[in-house]
Amino acid sequence: MQTTKEAPVKMPLDDSNPLGRPDFISVKDFNFFYGKKQALYDINMDIPERQVTAFIGPSGCGKSTLLRNFNRMNELIDGIHNSGDIRILGKSIYDKGVEVISLRRSIGMVFQKSNPFPKSIYENVVFALRISGNSKKSELDECVERSLRGAALWNEVKDRLHESALGLSGGQMQRLCIARAIANRPKVLLMDEPCSALDPIATVKVEELIRELKQQFTIVIVTHNMQQATRCSDNTAFFYLGKLVEYADTQKIFSNPSEKQTEDYITGRFG
Amino acid sequence: MPAPQRDIISQSGYRAGPDLFKILCQGAALVTVLLLGWIIYEIVESAWPSIQKFGLDFITTSAWVPNRERFGVLPFIMGTLASSLLAILFAFPLGVSIAIFLSENFLSPSIRQTMRFVVEMLAAIPSVVYGLWGIFIIIPIVKAFGDWAVASLGGFPLFSGPAYGNSLLTASVVLAIMILPTITAISRNALAAVPKTLREGTYALGATRWEAIFSVILPTAAPGIVAATILGLGRAMGETMAVAMLIGNSSRLSWSVLSPSGTLAGLLANQFGEAQGLQVNSLMYAALILIAITLFVNLIGEAVLRHTQKATAGIR
Repeated sequence: MQTTKEAPVKMPLDDSNPLGRPDFISVKDFNFFYGKKQALYDINMDIPERQVTAFIGPSGCGKSTLLRNFNRMNELIDGIHNSGDIRILGKSIYDKGVEVISLRRSIGMVFQKSNPFPKSIYENVVFALRISGNSKKSELDECVERSLRGAALWNEVKDRLHESALGLSGGQMQRLCIARAIANRPKVLLMDEPCSALDPIATVKVEELIRELKQQFTIVIVTHNMQQATRCSDNTAFFYLGKLVEYADTQKIFSNPSEKQTEDYITGRFG
Repeated sequence: MPAPQRDIISQSGYRAGPDLFKILCQGAALVTVLLLGWIIYEIVESAWPSIQKFGLDFITTSAWVPNRERFGVLPFIMGTLASSLLAILFAFPLGVSIAIFLSENFLSPSIRQTMRFVVEMLAAIPSVVYGLWGIFIIIPIVKAFGDWAVASLGGFPLFSGPAYGNSLLTASVVLAIMILPTITAISRNALAAVPKTLREGTYALGATRWEAIFSVILPTAAPGIVAATILGLGRAMGETMAVAMLIGNSSRLSWSVLSPSGTLAGLLANQFGEAQGLQVNSLMYAALILIAITLFVNLIGEAVLRHTQKATAGIR
């Protein structure tokens, strides 16, 4: 018998369904532990392509933990383990052949606190391209303009691309981080409370941006802000104590939740 | 009722009566400043005859002949600079590498903690012990290396012979070990101060660990690492005992790292015991120059360090 070395499964994976898959990201019987402490219990959910899915729930309910499993960021923490599976476009992200580096390159992530590198605006945006070994100036220039336009920041910074990113305002920094996250044309965009450190005006801009970006990206957003979830998400998942309590159309969750816990949370009775 | 509120305010009696603790602290701070001023005043006063006699020639000439009352410290200034710069050259790559290994998660936390402790304990070894160790361990090694270097690279001025055991190179190697804890500890702090959010952001873009270290973490910590290096340099310049035991204490200017050399600190330690008259004044002058150099280097180090803290405060 012939032994063939299995080729690494490269992300991004090619999809050919223009309508959008209902199970772009698929979570199956997923349990997650920090050491002995279980943070997620039997999560099952499908996240549809090119829609915005919001994760809500009180602090410590596991929503960020789940988000951070989609690009295996939790693996930076010592002593974690998990069972079950997460599939993106039908392929398990835990397959032996999957390189975590290329998985992360195909998934953009935006954090609660904006984290621009102490480099120029330009170098921040092209970081992902540079580490993939792309240094063709024309391509980098194209990427900077496309990404900054995509993040609705181009007009504000086009004249000072080579100045330090640390001179931007808080809202601009966060949009720069979004530009950086979409620079390598990922399929998925993960946002971990992207507006929690922003003022209301900057928040509105980022929310508008989220609605625009869903034309191209499958977006998962963790938020503590109910209004934000209603304003910019298509689906909402409510987590409580590490369990997925309810997951449905955003309108349904906020107008007619089927679980008592969901109703209590969204009406502000706890959490 | 407005009265109770006024009561609450006046109850905080911080200004009532003399605050003994405050006076003690102010006194201690004042004593420190006065002490520094006093030391410098005394040195300048004792050095004054020599300053008047030699002026700047003291710095630019290289004769040190006490019998004829001719004093010039150029070789010792050069020796001080050369030995400490060479020490930095050895200690910088090693210190920064250790700092990276101690701040990133290459090793398990317990091993990291132990290593960190061991490196910091290097600072606790007395200078004279380093000197002895240098005499018995480093001198034979440097001598062997020197003989080989002279034979094969002798045409190159840095390695021109003859090779001595008590040489600039020996002193620099031991100095490098002595300043390693300074460079490692401050660099490690700078690396550990790189915000977690920045690391996460880097890894989330698909960077490997090395890419993260070289393209984001090191550049972010760079000012702190520079400060660490400068502070290490300051330490190396002032280091006395071990250097005096190892460098050969020669006032001959030479390009070769295998030749004996001398440092200002070593000169002072070796000669003050038997010095008289103008020689004492000249040694004090040399001490003044040494203080000026080390103060200058330390001030730069502190300034860079402060600048860093401001710069990283912006990203946190």
